[in-house]
Amino acid sequence: MSQKWNEIISSGNSKRISIRELWSYRDLVVLLVRRDFVKEFKQTILGPLWFVIQPIFQTCIVLFMFGKIGGLGPQGIPQISFYLGGVLMWNLFSENLVKTSETFRANANIFGKVYYPRLVMPIAQILTSFLKLLVQLSIFFVAYFYELYTSPAIEPNVGILLVPVYFMVAAILGTGLGLIISSLTTKYWDLRFLVQFGVQLLMFVSTVTVSFSVLADKPVWMQNAIVANPVSSIIEAFRNAFLGPLGGEIYVPGLIYSCSFALVSLILGVIIFNRVEKNFMDTV
Amino acid sequence: MSKKVLEIENLGKQYKLGQVGTGTLSHDLNRWWAKLRGKDDPFQKLGVENDRTSEKSSGYVWALQDVNLSLNEGDVLGVIGRNGAGKSTLLKLLSKITSPTTGEIRVRGNIASLLEVGTGFHPELTGRENVFLNGAILGMNKDEIKSKLDQIVDFSGCAAFIDTPVKRYSSGMMVRLGFSVAAHMDPDILVVDEVLAVGDIEFQQKCLGKMNEVSKSGRTVLFVSHNMQSVGKLCTKGLYLQNGKMVQTGGIDEVLSAYVTSTSSNNFSYKSENNESAEGKILKAEIVNEAEELKGEVGIGQQWGVRVTFQLNQDLKHVILGSGLSGTMDENINTTWSSPRDLKAGVYQIIIHNKEILFSGGTYYVTIGLSTFERTIDYLEKEISFVIVETGREEIDPRILRLKGNGFILNPFNETFRKL
Repeated sequence: MSQKWNEIISSGNSKRISIRELWSYRDLVVLLVRRDFVKEFKQTILGPLWFVIQPIFQTCIVLFMFGKIGGLGPQGIPQISFYLGGVLMWNLFSENLVKTSETFRANANIFGKVYYPRLVMPIAQILTSFLKLLVQLSIFFVAYFYELYTSPAIEPNVGILLVPVYFMVAAILGTGLGLIISSLTTKYWDLRFLVQFGVQLLMFVSTVTVSFSVLADKPVWMQNAIVANPVSSIIEAFRNAFLGPLGGEIYVPGLIYSCSFALVSLILGVIIFNRVEKNFMDTV
Repeated sequence: MSKKVLEIENLGKQYKLGQVGTGTLSHDLNRWWAKLRGKDDPFQKLGVENDRTSEKSSGYVWALQDVNLSLNEGDVLGVIGRNGAGKSTLLKLLSKITSPTTGEIRVRGNIASLLEVGTGFHPELTGRENVFLNGAILGMNKDEIKSKLDQIVDFSGCAAFIDTPVKRYSSGMMVRLGFSVAAHMDPDILVVDEVLAVGDIEFQQKCLGKMNEVSKSGRTVLFVSHNMQSVGKLCTKGLYLQNGKMVQTGGIDEVLSAYVTSTSSNNFSYKSENNESAEGKILKAEIVNEAEELKGEVGIGQQWGVRVTFQLNQDLKHVILGSGLSGTMDENINTTWSSPRDLKAGVYQIIIHNKEILFSGGTYYVTIGLSTFERTIDYLEKEISFVIVETGREEIDPRILRLKGNGFILNPFNETFRKL
């Protein structure tokens, strides 16, 4: 009698990523997102407002330091939605990166007791970050419509339709890099420290703080350094869509670079992650 | 014909000893280089047998090695062995928490594993929310949990607190809720670690009952526990692991008795080592048979006795020697004592014969106390032990009925039997 086994657990290193298996855990994803949301608000008075307060303060600091003192902001248009948009985009990227890179360490106690596809965690993280973004966008639109009403120099265009795509790219960039880092940190914890301040430093080498237009008369290496940050071109394109050419420019080579960077890091990240998840409990 | 649902072949798992850290990078590079040239992992050969107590020469150890096993539908397998025998490693491999170094496991149907109760409980969420979260982590979907929610809450006995955050729960309640969720899974194969060792007695009984129900319903269960009583009660098959290797597998009774026999130290004779004593002391204590020969094993129904040699340093009144018998689970079974005697200083020997009472097979520990009416002179707690074995049928008193799950004491009743 021939035996048909529906699962074989063996020592083989590569395991196929089963989309069907992931799909069967969709309820878990939803519940994890819910958990991440609910646990933030429990026993707080302001609740979801906290999601908004943090970027407002960040924006204030960046606006003051770089826009007012440094004079690196856009010329001829108001600066609040300019900087706030950049901060939101950057936060989406960095939060996904940092949280995803901690997947194995933060969940070691659960992963050590129960099996489920580990990719569920990063997926839930992306969804959580988008929900958070939705809340945060409300404050962006308040600032934006105020500025749109008061300043004639702001010229929104059809590029707004592409904004969801820009957000997607930023999130995927963060997740992809996070996946790669999370797989490496199971064994070499050093990377964890790098990530913590690395992400903060990177923000200063991006268009969050500086506008492309200011860079035009700066040395080429400076321009290259800013464009090398894959989030830079997306932020510029986002600003262009809402604020017009004065807010930011669409730099096509940079956008292509960002998208391919995102795609490559995601694929590479998933592959490495998948490889590590089988045995990470032995090394974490 | 019952279907084979699980097959384990040549399964092994190697671990690195000591800290993961120093040297790992160079070993990683070495491994990677060997792989590149198509060679075997250079560190896989180094592993030594896993023995907790001995110092290791190489830095790698086999937590599990050469395990072969196959289970049919409806089998309930008890995995037993001492700490570090590889039981948990086996469960981890089965539940895909980590992957084996060698060999493979083939499964038909879905496996659910229960290595901990309440995995993923978040303290800020309410009981109800945690039931959903925990259920989803264990692989149930939302509708499934929803349809069983009432049963789960009922079973846990936490109905009044179900909308309270679990951080306000007592640890017992948390465990109850966690187990209730797990108990309502419907896998083809269930893997259970020693989670029953929690909760109060009433809840433990409930859990055992549930486990019993699951195993009776024709599902396959793998069960790891140190509680021999529940293993014996629940399981049909046994797997005895020692230092990562299989020692014995087969029917649960044989495996259990092999395990119990090997773990008991079998000190059937005791000799006192220190010489300081005030009033007196027990010098020797031994298990002997009818012919007064030293014996560590006695057949069922055969006579045995405890021979005690003691010394008194002064004249004492009312000297009594008592002896108690206890089983492997620490339960006291029987107490006997000698008649009081007034004795002068000197060395004496006494044999406590056991004639009337029949004990069933198993390992027994003997506690001996030497005392007067007023105080204890010397006390040996479980210093000696012996085994009552089920010898060949012809040697045993034909009056003794042998059943599975006998009580400790066997006695054919004195009957009045008449034809009416």
